[in-house]
Parts: sequence; C-alpha cells; structure tokens
Amino acid sequence: MTDATSFDGPRDVRFGDYVQLLKPRVMSLVVFTALVGLVLAPGGINPMLGFAAILFIALGGGASGALNMWYDADIDAVMRRTARRPVPDGRVTAGEARALGLGLAGLSVIMLGLAANWVAAGLLAFTIFFYAVVYTMWLKRATPQNIVIGGAAGAFPPMIGWAAATGGVSVESVMMFALIFMWTPPHFWALALFMKEDYHKAGVPMLTVTHGRRATRVHILVYTILLAGLAIGAGFTALGGPIYMAAAIVLNVLFLIGAVRIWRRDEGMAEADGYAVEKRFFRFSLLYLFLHFGAMLADTALLEVM
Amino acid sequence: MAFAKDHDLHRRRLGMNVGVALTLVAFVAVMFGVTVVKVTNGGLIEAYDHQPRASVLPITEPVQ
Repeated sequence: MTDATSFDGPRDVRFGDYVQLLKPRVMSLVVFTALVGLVLAPGGINPMLGFAAILFIALGGGASGALNMWYDADIDAVMRRTARRPVPDGRVTAGEARALGLGLAGLSVIMLGLAANWVAAGLLAFTIFFYAVVYTMWLKRATPQNIVIGGAAGAFPPMIGWAAATGGVSVESVMMFALIFMWTPPHFWALALFMKEDYHKAGVPMLTVTHGRRATRVHILVYTILLAGLAIGAGFTALGGPIYMAAAIVLNVLFLIGAVRIWRRDEGMAEADGYAVEKRFFRFSLLYLFLHFGAMLADTALLEVM
Repeated sequence: MAFAKDHDLHRRRLGMNVGVALTLVAFVAVMFGVTVVKVTNGGLIEAYDHQPRASVLPITEPVQ
C-alpha cells in the first residue's frame, strides 16, 4: 500500500502566486520598453495618464502570461525550468489562471482605452490575442518557427506606448518593434541550447529538437547578424542620437562576438564547460535590449537638456 | 459579546486578502487620478443624448 500520509500537499495559495502568474520578469521588460515608446513619442502625454497607460499595458502583458500558464500547464510541469510555476506546482488551479487572465485582459484593454486612446487599446488587445492564442495555443506546439513569429507579441509594448501618447503608429514605433522582434530568436535559442533536455521531454518543437543543435547555432549567428544591421540602422532614423549610436555599435559588436563563439562551438565543447558561453550570451542578451532602449531614453533626455 | 474566533482559513489567507485589498485601493487611486486629469483637461464629459444641445454642437462661426 502506498503511504498516503507522506503526501505533502500544496501549501496555501499566497498573493505572490497570483503575481507569479503574470510573469513579473517578462512584465519588467514590457514596462520598460512601453515606457520608452511613450516617452519618445512626440507631443507627450500627461504624466498621470502616462503612468496609467504603462500600468494597463503591463497588466495586459500579465494577462497573456496567466493565459499562457493556464494553457501550457502540461508542458510546464515536464520542464525543469517551469515546473515550479504556480499551476504545475498545484498552488493555483488552471481554471483560476484562466479566469485571472481573461479578467485582466478585458480590464486592461478597456482601461487603456479610457486612459489613453482606442488605438493603443486595440494594439494591446491584439498583443494579448497574439501571445495567448497565436503563439501559445497554435505555434508553440506546431512549428520550430514558434518563437520567431511569437516574438511579435513581446515586440508590441513600445508600439503600444507610442500609440498611447500619439494615437497612431509611425516609422519609429515600427523600428522599436522590429528591434525586439529580431532580438527574440537568438535570445530564446541560446536558452534552448543550455536547457537541453527540457524542450525534448515536453515535446515542444524548438529548433534544437527539430533541426538539431548545430542548426540552432547557425540560426543564432544569422539572426544576430540581421539584428546588428537593424539595430545600427535604427540609429539613422529619428530613434537614433549620439548615445544610441555609440551604445548600438559597442553592444552589437559584443553580441556578434558572442554569436560567433556559439557558432564555432560544438556540443562536446559546450558540455565541457557547462554551456558557459551560451549562458553568458543569454544573460547579455537581456542587457543588450535593456541598454538599447535605455540609450534611446538617454538621447531624448539629452535633447531636452540642450 | 465576544467575536467568534477567526477561522483557521482566514488566518492562513490573511496575506492574500490584504494583497487583494491593497490592489483594489491602488486601482481606485489610479482611476481617481485619471478622472481628475481628464476632467481638468476639459475632456468632453457631455455625450450626445439624442437632444440637440448647444454645448456639444461644433462652433460654425465666431461669436460676435
């Protein structure tokens, strides 16, 4: 007979578990990029309305995170990286995650429409739909291009921020979108390289699973080259200024060096040092995105001062 | 008259309830702030309600 008394049930739900459903780390990037989009936009916006807009964009991002955790609980439970998330861990039921996600999605879109405008609200609604339905329900389990196309969801926030301030879409906001869009694949493929067994076990068709690790390394290099061209090219549009240009050149050279090193390694070398290069590339990719947007912000501040 | 002792569940979920309460208070505060800005900026708070009303009609010629 099994020893039922040794079963250590899930502990009581805490407020923090619901916060976890909103993927706070992803949300921090959403908040930051949306803020840059909003601040860079010409015309400006009342600070209180700007604050409310960022808040509701973040909530919308959180809503799509909760919907993702509801739908992907089966995958998350298998992968070591995600097994401790609230739903697979049993602290929050899948139904609660779905209810929270749907509720916050509706709330955030309506409130963003009221606080800013309906163009921004429409973009936010599309972003939530794209992440929760197009990426999570459809692409993620179907194609190795999952994160390439799904990356669009993460790329929308600066465009929403821009739209909140201006009520429209422009070349600059599309450039900010493109920067995050092109950054996402190398970022996640580096993760897939060192999370080696996870995606295999869960049956998620990541590039590492379907086309092998060699192909993934080549893809990282190719996408990084395209990204570098785009990031430096963005410096010649209205987004760029002296600080952005300087930062973009340094960051993209460093990123390219990392991608080349990943490309030149094989699995034996990676195993030998515990995927140190891939992990460093992944961590640097976060800094890379943060500093590009930070530099845009700094250039805007510089213009104000001069 | 003594209050009934808190049920165990309420004590264990205190953090949860306080968190929900603070979230709601914050939401009200944000809504209040947005409302103040919208109203002081002269946002149109009179909507068309199927009655011609001078205040919501476009100005067609300068007032003499």
